Amino acid sequence: MVLLEINGQSRQLEVPNDMPLLWAIRDVAQLTGTKFGCGMALCGACTVHLDNEPVRACVTPVSAAVGKKITTVEAVGEDKVGQAVQRAWLELGVAQCGYCQAGQIMSATALLRATPNPTDEEIDEAMSGNICRCGTYPRIRAAIKLVAKGGTK
Amino acid sequence: MSQELMMDLPDINRRRLLKGVGIATGLALTIGINDLVRAAVAEPAKKYGGDAMPGGLKEDVLVFVSIGSDGIVNIVAHRSEMGQGVRTSLPLVIADEMEADWARVRVVQAEANEAKYGNQNTDGSRSMRHHFEPMRRIGATARMMLETAAAAKWGVPRNEVRARNHQVVHQPSGKTLGYGELAVAAAKFPVPVRDNLKLKSAAEFRYIGKQNTRNVDGQKIVTGTTHYGIDTQLKGMLHAVIARPPVLGGKVKSFDASAALKVPGVLKVLELKSSSLLPPLFHPLGGIAVLASNTWAAIKGREALKIVWDHGANAVYDSQTYRKILEAAARKPAKVVRNHGDAAGVLARDGKKFVAEYYQPHIAHGTMEPPAATAQIVNGKCEAWACVQDPQAALDAVAAHLGFKPVNVRVNVTLLGGGFGRKSKPDYVVEAALLSQAMKGKPVKVTWTREDDLHHDYFHTVSLEHMECALDAKGMPTAWLHRTTAPTIASTFVANAKGGAPFELGMGAVNIPFNIPHMRVESPEVQAHTRIGWFRSVSNIPHAFAVQSFVAELAHNAKRDHRDYLLELLGPARKVNPDSIEDGWNYGESPQRYPLDVGRMRHVVELVTSKAGWGRKLPKGHGLGLAFCYSFVTYIAAVVEVVVGEDGEISIPRVDIAVDCGPQVNPDRIRSQAEGACIMGASLTLTGEISFKNGAAQQSNFHEYQVLRIDEAPREIHVHMVEHALDVPLGGVGEPVTPTIAPAICNAIFAATGKRIRTLPIRDQLKA
Ligand code: FES
Ligand code: FES
Repeated sequence: MVLLEINGQSRQLEVPNDMPLLWAIRDVAQLTGTKFGCGMALCGACTVHLDNEPVRACVTPVSAAVGKKITTVEAVGEDKVGQAVQRAWLELGVAQCGYCQAGQIMSATALLRATPNPTDEEIDEAMSGNICRCGTYPRIRAAIKLVAKGGTK
Repeated sequence: MSQELMMDLPDINRRRLLKGVGIATGLALTIGINDLVRAAVAEPAKKYGGDAMPGGLKEDVLVFVSIGSDGIVNIVAHRSEMGQGVRTSLPLVIADEMEADWARVRVVQAEANEAKYGNQNTDGSRSMRHHFEPMRRIGATARMMLETAAAAKWGVPRNEVRARNHQVVHQPSGKTLGYGELAVAAAKFPVPVRDNLKLKSAAEFRYIGKQNTRNVDGQKIVTGTTHYGIDTQLKGMLHAVIARPPVLGGKVKSFDASAALKVPGVLKVLELKSSSLLPPLFHPLGGIAVLASNTWAAIKGREALKIVWDHGANAVYDSQTYRKILEAAARKPAKVVRNHGDAAGVLARDGKKFVAEYYQPHIAHGTMEPPAATAQIVNGKCEAWACVQDPQAALDAVAAHLGFKPVNVRVNVTLLGGGFGRKSKPDYVVEAALLSQAMKGKPVKVTWTREDDLHHDYFHTVSLEHMECALDAKGMPTAWLHRTTAPTIASTFVANAKGGAPFELGMGAVNIPFNIPHMRVESPEVQAHTRIGWFRSVSNIPHAFAVQSFVAELAHNAKRDHRDYLLELLGPARKVNPDSIEDGWNYGESPQRYPLDVGRMRHVVELVTSKAGWGRKLPKGHGLGLAFCYSFVTYIAAVVEVVVGEDGEISIPRVDIAVDCGPQVNPDRIRSQAEGACIMGASLTLTGEISFKNGAAQQSNFHEYQVLRIDEAPREIHVHMVEHALDVPLGGVGEPVTPTIAPAICNAIFAATGKRIRTLPIRDQLKA
């Protein structure tokens, strides 16, 4: 039994300590916005925030999340920056299939919180762990810049 | 109305539709118009386009549209959404024609049922091409019935009323009635026959061709509340992963599950029968399934399995050896599939010649959402939820494997986290259904891990393209020989099929409209050793890589500008009947309606080169490369700018793409498809490779099968659209851009460095 705080709610989950946070969130807490893409920290689809820091949930054991605030894409919009990112994503029609976008949004939100006006290199650095097989990268870059400029309503 | 039509509309379908949409209480429009065309017009000898597809086209307003008394218009999306925007683009056509307000439209996803909806196989860049006109007619039918109902209610002549933005207006008095108020009455009026339908003029469009209709799933995507195939949660559901035979045709010799069963959460280990018989079709591969209370436990359980495999005959498959087999086959005369003049004779004579060969390995689709499906069986009926491009194929395959009648199987279509052709093959849905059956009907979700996805794809084929030309004194080809050598997709459907199928040869091998006196294409026969499938643009990819690289090589050899040389090869603007160049396939389209239009081909080449600043002066290490493609009846040309660093590092600052896909319905989604296909094309060019050893795929996850990331992707992609009026038929959108990118990149690298790439992927070839 592990006690986790997910999106502001305490959740008692019956999972072993070494279960990756991804599967605890998806299969046990039944929040499926966070995605599985590789299981090896290679694609970023599973990105969530632990105390506002982006982590790959597929390689983070639940034990490492105990006592920390877990935020998933379902709640990232409660934060000003997260909401601005979501709006920019809609405004520029970033998503194609959308499957990677939860992870992209979590990474972009973390980037913009730490670096409100990132350079292209900083965007590359923060976002290159997130694969988009549909190839939405040019729009992701543009949407991040739109948020930086304060361009979303 | 035909008997067949009546049978397509049983009451149960109507109820299901209403139930599916929840609050649509006042059913609007009764009786379908369906395939009146087919009944009314004398049946042509051969069917084309959507009419030739399984299930054909259905134009039944009842099936596709219902209106609630609250005025909400429910429109059915019968094709699968995988990022191309079809759940938005097809419904917006109906909404526009019926004068519905997009803000009051709700899109309802259809379940698998081609008898009811017409063809649903979301593949071959066909959705808008085949369904634009039927959707318009459905919308116009709904609009006219609503107008008739309003006129009757007011007791005014029919020609005094007009539907406008979700209501009908009586023009002389200005009275209005909302669609919700008219729904029930409209249902009582006869459906206008097709000949009496009044379609809107293009000037009257509100959504078609505009950019004012946002993606219907956008909000849910950014808040993580959509439902993909991998997201299904059912009460009491078991989570399964499967250890499949590493080699196609292999099977389990023996296994020991004792350690797996000790993993906490693992509930059951089951053997799935291996289908070692060819052809592979959509059969599951068999293997050992681990069922658990969560996905993680199932994965851990699978790691603990001890399995001894019998690898079978395909264990010989080795990509290095196989390349030699392809080369040997490509260097010998083979079956002639196009022959104009006497290319063989001209090439046999002495004279200037140019020969080159181009190789591309297998690639995997690598959809970000790996295949996943859930199934349960209740009272002898199976219900599945799955990310499928071809819902009806999934239903039929499930029914066949379970031994159920198709009416006892329902397949619900979720969103697809990418498709690219992989998810047209529903083997994973059958796995879920078989496991549920083995577990007495309990709901079972099968999740493919990334390793499963890369090891057991229906791979894009490996290929060796052998090109030969005889040249005149000016370096222009007098004879052309293309031997296209690859295991065929047909081998997935017919045991041991060999040689290019018409649909493969018709993707840029036979149907090259060059102005060369002697043209010959040959198709050697080689054996497949793995499941071969279609991948976004299919055979256009190797063919365009070879043909477009070869032409650039010929231009260089002739000391000519590539663009000018290419335009000279294309010759004057003219319409070529595909039959006249031995392309009887023509993407399934009528040769009269869809001739190969060299004028449009020339135009995209001219447009893209002018937009990209072809011929402009570039800094050292930069180069521009050009390529074109005629893919899925759409005309594409691309110019790529590359930079090759001193260390051989490649970057792509800019790509220009000209797209002529006929009239545009949702221009922003056409652009996004072009951008995505461009990046996928760059990905397969730079790093895409699946190789085989001892019969098994060698790459297991994204560290070994590398796909492009944001820092490597083209920095700027400019898409230039060619405008058309509605008299031009629509072309495909999802696939056509992909094949231009590899040759354009390689041609740009040659311009930048003088190094010619003939083997994909490029990886570190420039670093040596
Ligand atoms: S699933 Fe965690 S990084 Fe890919
Ligand atoms: S939008 Fe499909 S993987 Fe990114």
